[in-house]
Amino acid sequence: MQIIDRRLNQKNKSTVNRQRFLKRYRKQIKEAITKQISKRSVTDVERSESISIPGGDITEPTFRSAPGGRRERIYPGNKEFNKGDRIKRPPPDGKGQGRRASDQGEGQDDFAFEISNDEYMEILFEDLELPNLKKNKLKKLINYKNIRSGFNTDGTPSNIDIVRSLKGSLARRIACQAPLRQTLKQKQGELDKIEGEENHNNVELKNKLADEIEKLKLRIKRIPFIDSFDLRYKNFEKLPQPTTNAVMFCLMDVSGSMDQQTKEMAKRFFILLYMFLKRTYKDVEVVYIRHHTQAKEVDEQEFFYSQETGGTIVSSALKLMQEIMHDRYPVNDWNIYAAQASDGDNWNDDSRICNKILSESILNQVRYYTYVEITQREPQNLWHEYTKLVEERQNFAIQKISEQKDIYPVFREFFHKQSVN
Amino acid sequence: MSNSTTKPSAARPVSNQSGKAKSAAVKNKTARKKTHSSKNKHTANKPISTSADWNYGLVQEYYSTIESIADDFELDTYPNQLEIISAEQMLDAYASVGMPIGYNHWSFGKHFIQNEQQYRRGHMGLAYEIVINSDPCIAYLMEENSMMMQALVMAHACFGHNSFFKGNYLFRTWTDAEAIIDYLLFAKNFIAECEQHYGVSAVENILDSCHALMNYGVDRYKRPNPISMREERRRQKDREAYLQSQVNDLWRTIPTMEPALDAKNKTRFPSEPQENILYFIEKNAPLIEPWQREIVRIVRKIGQYFYPQRQTQVMNEGWACFWHYTILNELYNRKHVTDGFMFEFLQSHTNVVAQPDFDNPNYNGINPYALGFAMMSDIRRICETPDKEDKKWFPEIAGSNWRETMEFAMKNFKDESFIAQFLSPRLIRQFKFFSILDDDEDSEMEVAAIHNDAGYHHIRQKLSEQHNLSINEPNIEVFDVDIKGDRSLTLRHTPNNRIPLADSTPEVLKHLHRLWGFTVKMETLDDNGKRAETGRCPALDENAR
Repeated sequence: MQIIDRRLNQKNKSTVNRQRFLKRYRKQIKEAITKQISKRSVTDVERSESISIPGGDITEPTFRSAPGGRRERIYPGNKEFNKGDRIKRPPPDGKGQGRRASDQGEGQDDFAFEISNDEYMEILFEDLELPNLKKNKLKKLINYKNIRSGFNTDGTPSNIDIVRSLKGSLARRIACQAPLRQTLKQKQGELDKIEGEENHNNVELKNKLADEIEKLKLRIKRIPFIDSFDLRYKNFEKLPQPTTNAVMFCLMDVSGSMDQQTKEMAKRFFILLYMFLKRTYKDVEVVYIRHHTQAKEVDEQEFFYSQETGGTIVSSALKLMQEIMHDRYPVNDWNIYAAQASDGDNWNDDSRICNKILSESILNQVRYYTYVEITQREPQNLWHEYTKLVEERQNFAIQKISEQKDIYPVFREFFHKQSVN
Repeated sequence: MSNSTTKPSAARPVSNQSGKAKSAAVKNKTARKKTHSSKNKHTANKPISTSADWNYGLVQEYYSTIESIADDFELDTYPNQLEIISAEQMLDAYASVGMPIGYNHWSFGKHFIQNEQQYRRGHMGLAYEIVINSDPCIAYLMEENSMMMQALVMAHACFGHNSFFKGNYLFRTWTDAEAIIDYLLFAKNFIAECEQHYGVSAVENILDSCHALMNYGVDRYKRPNPISMREERRRQKDREAYLQSQVNDLWRTIPTMEPALDAKNKTRFPSEPQENILYFIEKNAPLIEPWQREIVRIVRKIGQYFYPQRQTQVMNEGWACFWHYTILNELYNRKHVTDGFMFEFLQSHTNVVAQPDFDNPNYNGINPYALGFAMMSDIRRICETPDKEDKKWFPEIAGSNWRETMEFAMKNFKDESFIAQFLSPRLIRQFKFFSILDDDEDSEMEVAAIHNDAGYHHIRQKLSEQHNLSINEPNIEVFDVDIKGDRSLTLRHTPNNRIPLADSTPEVLKHLHRLWGFTVKMETLDDNGKRAETGRCPALDENAR
């Protein structure tokens, strides 16, 4: 008998098969995700997702018998039956009475399982990419990070690696002493031999040997314990670090015309954008700017849920965004994205100002600026002004949303891989 | 493999008790050390361990003690190999039907996801052990198990299942324990190579189709040639060429000089109906490539490896349960284990061999562990203390040597014949078996027999049939191939008691069509021997266009 501990072996033997399953049913999973996306709330962005796809699609067919015909089966636990008793046939659904009770909570027909957050994102944002990523990639290499890279024979004392150095010292000592010790051993042997002889007539030779031995010992002693040759220094190298910081500006109109439902829709859109950015960048900061006639930077809670009244001046928000970018998010260090949501209301004169601010300043600095208009009405002047911009600028896009279910398609439209187009 | 009936032989859905084990571990650390240091295993009267925690030394010690008891009972086994695995690895093992090495296929991923989901939600406990019919016999021990569970698993798998694998005639004829691991490795590599050459999806398609027909990849009535799997593998290369030449011969299209035979004299091909559909495909399908042929063969061979498991569930589990019960009790009698150990053991043992009544919410068919254990124990009882009824029903074994009789039963039967031979009236009474006749031509169901004198024989016969694979699975054979004409393949379904085919049939025909390459038809014989076409792929109207 032998015992083998397999616990340290790889655990994920089934990973390949699992991936193949997900790949095979990608279409169904995608449908399920698209259906679910509108139900997701901002707080659980980071958790795994439960997916349920129609069970009929994934069965593996075999030749089987169907109910019907004449069959006889044995059951245990007879209580009151006697031979010849007639029993009503249970409805076809309730076959194997007890069975259903122990089944999972989900409908039996659906195959429900969980996919990790990564897989969820992967499928959710399949074929999507951040536009204008390549353009100033090189410019972004600003930060450097020190990383360990082996050992060096040169360096500052603070970087001495003691273990390595002592290993070197030991090796050198062994190497340098070896021939001396060998001779020493040989001479010592000769001396012992002479001393062992009865007649000490060979005093001269004896003294000579003792002298040589003494000298050898001294030479061995003189080999230094540590030499500058032994020293090893930890080596560091500078690795350029591309900027992985991104900031996302959420701009929203909170004037009286925006009701809670419209805001919920805007929120979904912002969540999607946030998740999407999160995939590319390590840290994504979010700046919430809400505005009516004045703009204000607020926290998430206030952004989505506080109620304001009054008119609408969009440019106030753009100006504030400009200021914040200037103060806190220099273009060299940050990848800036902006998303604006509004129902399209604006003071007539203001729309032109917005156009100006965007084209002269903001659009030169942000990677992508998206505008969603959440309304069921005809587009108004802000839309018209923005439409002009779309033609000039590649990093500017606008879309209209009228219903909850539009959000995801619109989002996909924004970020659809440009090569595909 | 795609079939749920081919579960690992010993997947017992009873949740483990790791929590308990851990809390007790700290308390008894000193005590355990002491027993461990006193290496002498024959210090009778002193239990091997008192803690729920296990370590290598203890596993070793328990194993050798159990082994010596098994030797006293003369159990003949393959050498054992114990592998300690974690719960995650157990889930992996589940998904691959317990095989240590498996080729990649999405359906295993599906099973993995299913099990993982159920396990996470607490719908399912993990089996304590999985055992593989190989030489050496590999048994998985889960690290979460308590010491008692490890001992139970060793007795159950390493001696129970192991001796069954080695002794039972089905395993002896159908499987080659020595070479299975090698063969699985070969299969995995071969399929991976094919994926490299021909693309993952091409291979997946073939595997899908083969899996759909996996249960029709065995000869039910013929014994296989006793070539070892290793030999098979050596001959794989030659076979590719040879097989292809055979197929080419069959499909030679150069006209012969003989005048065409008239329809009446036409010989059928195959001359006898073939039950082994995959084998027929492998040998005769005209269009598939050599590598595809080899994949068909691999799936067929693996299906064949599982065939004995599916036919001996009751016996195999019953045998293993009987022995873990007997061995652990003997451990207790010899005072190697404590009372606490026995309580823990009896609790999980009774869970495993419990048979809920048909009206119980937990009822999920007849529990093979319960039936098997009861029958094995009953055989021993009939041998040792037969009563009048036993003498009448089992004159040849009543009063015989129980060990010899059980050995004989284990070696020479499969579930259906085992039940037909050894199910005693006493057990029918104990289980309160009754038989329900459900005829769709009758408006109501009828109780055909109950556990009384008039019913014993009937119930025994029906229960035996219920465990007969060739009755439970639809009887479908390759009946004819139109060699001279459109090369269509005709399957013949002979319904048993008018039981129809499930609506998955058209899907399976599609798979068969993929393998065969030409039209595939399904014929059904009715009661009067009249045949009717009940399926066709591709569908007729499509063909006409």
